[in-house]
Amino acid sequence: MSFLTSALLSSSKATMQWIEERTGVVAFAKPLLFHHVPRNAKWWYVFGSATLMFFTIQLVTGVCLATVYAPSAAQAWESLNYIDKEVPMGWMLRALHGWSSNAMVVMMAIHMLQVFLHASYKYPRELNWITGVFLLLTTLALAFTGQVMRWDQDAYWGLGIGAAIADRIPLVGDQVRALLLGGPIIGGETLNRFFALHVFILPGAALGLVGLHMMLIIKNGISEMPKPGAIVVPSTYREGFEERMKTEGVPFVPEAVQRDMVFCGVCLIALVALAAFYGPFGPGGMPDPTLINTNPRPDYPFMWLFGAVSLLPPASETAIMLIAPGVGVLVLIAVPFLSNSGERAPSKRPAMVLVALVTVMAIAALTWEGMTSPWSPVMDGWSALPTPAKFTHGRTPLEMQGAVVFQFAQCRNCHSLDGLGGKRGPELDDVASRLSYDQLVRQVQQGGGNMPAYGKNLDSAQTAAVVAFLATLHPSNEPDAKIPGAQLPPPPGSANAH
Amino acid sequence: MSEQEKQQEKGSCGCGGCGCEQKAKAAATAGVTPAPRRGFMLKLGVGLLGIGGAITALPIVGYLIGPATKRYSNLWVELGELSIFPHGATRFATFLNPIRQPTDGDSAKTACWVRCIDATHFQVFAINCAHLGCPVRWFEQSKLFMCPCHGGVYYQDGTRAAGPPPRGLFEYVWKIEGGKLLIDAGRLPGLEEST
Repeated sequence: MSFLTSALLSSSKATMQWIEERTGVVAFAKPLLFHHVPRNAKWWYVFGSATLMFFTIQLVTGVCLATVYAPSAAQAWESLNYIDKEVPMGWMLRALHGWSSNAMVVMMAIHMLQVFLHASYKYPRELNWITGVFLLLTTLALAFTGQVMRWDQDAYWGLGIGAAIADRIPLVGDQVRALLLGGPIIGGETLNRFFALHVFILPGAALGLVGLHMMLIIKNGISEMPKPGAIVVPSTYREGFEERMKTEGVPFVPEAVQRDMVFCGVCLIALVALAAFYGPFGPGGMPDPTLINTNPRPDYPFMWLFGAVSLLPPASETAIMLIAPGVGVLVLIAVPFLSNSGERAPSKRPAMVLVALVTVMAIAALTWEGMTSPWSPVMDGWSALPTPAKFTHGRTPLEMQGAVVFQFAQCRNCHSLDGLGGKRGPELDDVASRLSYDQLVRQVQQGGGNMPAYGKNLDSAQTAAVVAFLATLHPSNEPDAKIPGAQLPPPPGSANAH
Repeated sequence: MSEQEKQQEKGSCGCGGCGCEQKAKAAATAGVTPAPRRGFMLKLGVGLLGIGGAITALPIVGYLIGPATKRYSNLWVELGELSIFPHGATRFATFLNPIRQPTDGDSAKTACWVRCIDATHFQVFAINCAHLGCPVRWFEQSKLFMCPCHGGVYYQDGTRAAGPPPRGLFEYVWKIEGGKLLIDAGRLPGLEEST
C-alpha cells in the first residue's frame, strides 16, 4: 500500500516537474498566491474579490445564454421567452445573469467606496485606481448593452432616449445617432451592434482590464489599513512597505483568501436565493413600437441617471447631459492626481469622507426619485382612479358635474386627490384654500407653472363646472381663499385661528 | 578562418557580387554588424505593414461607419385612405418603415399621430416626444398629447404646452395622392429637423 502511494506520489511529482520545466506555471503562480498582504486588512478587502466572482458568473452564464439566445431583432424577444419557459433551467440562467449583473455593479461600487475612503489610490497605486475607473465604465456599458439584449419595450424606448440624447450633440448628432443605431431607425442592425458590444468587445475589454488591475495589485501589493499619522511619502513608501510586508505581512493564501472565500460563498448563496426567488428580469412587453401604452424605465444601475436627467432644468439639460458624463469620468480619473501622498486615514480626511457621503446620498436619493418618478404623469389616472367619496358628499349637481370634467379632462393624470393620481402637479385636496375662485378660473384657462392652458380645450360650461368643484376643495375648518391676501395666515386670536 | 569571417568576406548578403560588398567589408573591419541593411529591412517592414494595415482597416472602418454616411429622402409611405381620418379628429396610424432590414421584425413598424384639420390640411406628428423620444399619447377629451416619461404635454396642433420638451412635436412631411395620405418617412425625427 505504502509502496503504491509513494509510487503514485513520485510519478505525479515527476509529471509536475515535467510540466513545470516546460511552462514555468508554478514559478509564475507562486508570487500570485503567496505574496504577502497586510495582517490587519481583515474583512475590508473582500469586495474586489466578490466583484471578480460576479464577473466570472457573468462570463459563464452569458456564454450559456448565447447558446440559445437569437441575436436578431425579429427573434430575440421570442428566444428569451423560449429560454424562460421551455429550456430546462433557462429561467434560472437568465435570473442568475440578471441578478449577478446588478450584484457586480453594487459590489464594484462598494469596493470603490472602500478604496476611496481608505485613500488606497495614493502612491504607488494611482494606476490601480485608474484601471478600476475603466473597469467601472466597462461594467456600466455591459449593464446598458445587456438591457438592450432583452429587446423588450424598455430596451426599445431606452434606445430611443439614447438616440434622442445623441441627436442633441451639435453638428454631428445625426451621424452619432446613426453609428449608435446602425442606421436611421432602431432595428435589426441596432440589436446586432449592441450584441457585438455586449458579448465580444466589452467582455474582452473587461478581461484585459481585470488582468491589468491584478498585475498592478501584485506589483504594488495590497495597501495597508490606514492609520492616522502613517503618512504616504512617495520617495520612501515602496521600501518601507516591502520591508513591513516581509516582517509583518501574511501570505495571501491562506490568510487573506479564506476571508474572500467566506464572503464570496455567502454572496453566491445570496445570489442563487435571489435568482430562484425573484426569477429573471423580463422580458417586458414585446418590442413593437406601435404598442405605445408603455412606460419605459431603465434598469436599476441607471435609475439615478434617469432621476438626474428628469430633474434637470430644461434650459440647461442639453449642455449638462452632453458634458456632465465626461466631466464625471475626468474627475474620477483625476482623484489620485489631486492627492497621491500624505494621510490616508478617513479621520484625517474629513472633506473626502464628506464627498463620499454626499455622493452616496445623492445617488441613493436620485435612485429613489427615479423609482417613484413623481414627474411622470399617471397615464390612466383619469379613467382608472375613483373620485374620493369625501369630495362628493353634499356637492351640488354643478360641482358633481365639475368632478366628472375633472376626471375626463385628464386633470387626475397630474394632480392627486386624497393621495391618488399624478404627482406632477400639486395635490388639490385643499386647492381652494390656496387659490380664490378667480384664480382657479385663470389657472384652468391659462395654465402656467408647468400646466397646459385648458382655455381652448374646455367650453365655458365645463370650465364653470370644474372650477365650482375645485372651489369646494378645502378643509372645513379653513376658509376658501378670496383674494391674494387671504393666503396669509389669519391674525392671531381671530375666530379662524387653529 | 571561422564560418562568420568567411561570410563577411563574401559580403553580408551572401551573393558575393552585389554592391553591398564594399560596405560590408568596411563594416566588418569596424567590428559591427552591417547597419544600413538592417535599417532598410526595418523601414521596409514598417512601411509594408503600414500599407497592409491601412488597406485592411479601410473596409472594416467603412463597414462600421457605413450607416452614418447613408442619406435617405423621399421615401413615401401610405398611411391609408383619407376616409379613415375624420375631419377635426386626431387618429393613431402605423406604417412599415421604408428603410428596413430582413432582421427587423416588429421594430420595422412605426407609429404616428395624424390630425385631420380639413379635407386638404393635415398634420402628421412623430410618436416621439421632443424631449427624449418616449411615445406620446393623445387624449381626445382634453385635446392634449402627453408623454409618460417626464410629463411633456402638447396641444392638438403639436405646439408645446408644458413640461421639459424644448419644442413642439416633430412633424412628417405629407401629401395626398390618389385619395390616400402619404408621408416622407424613414428616420426617427430628430432635433435638427424643422417643423
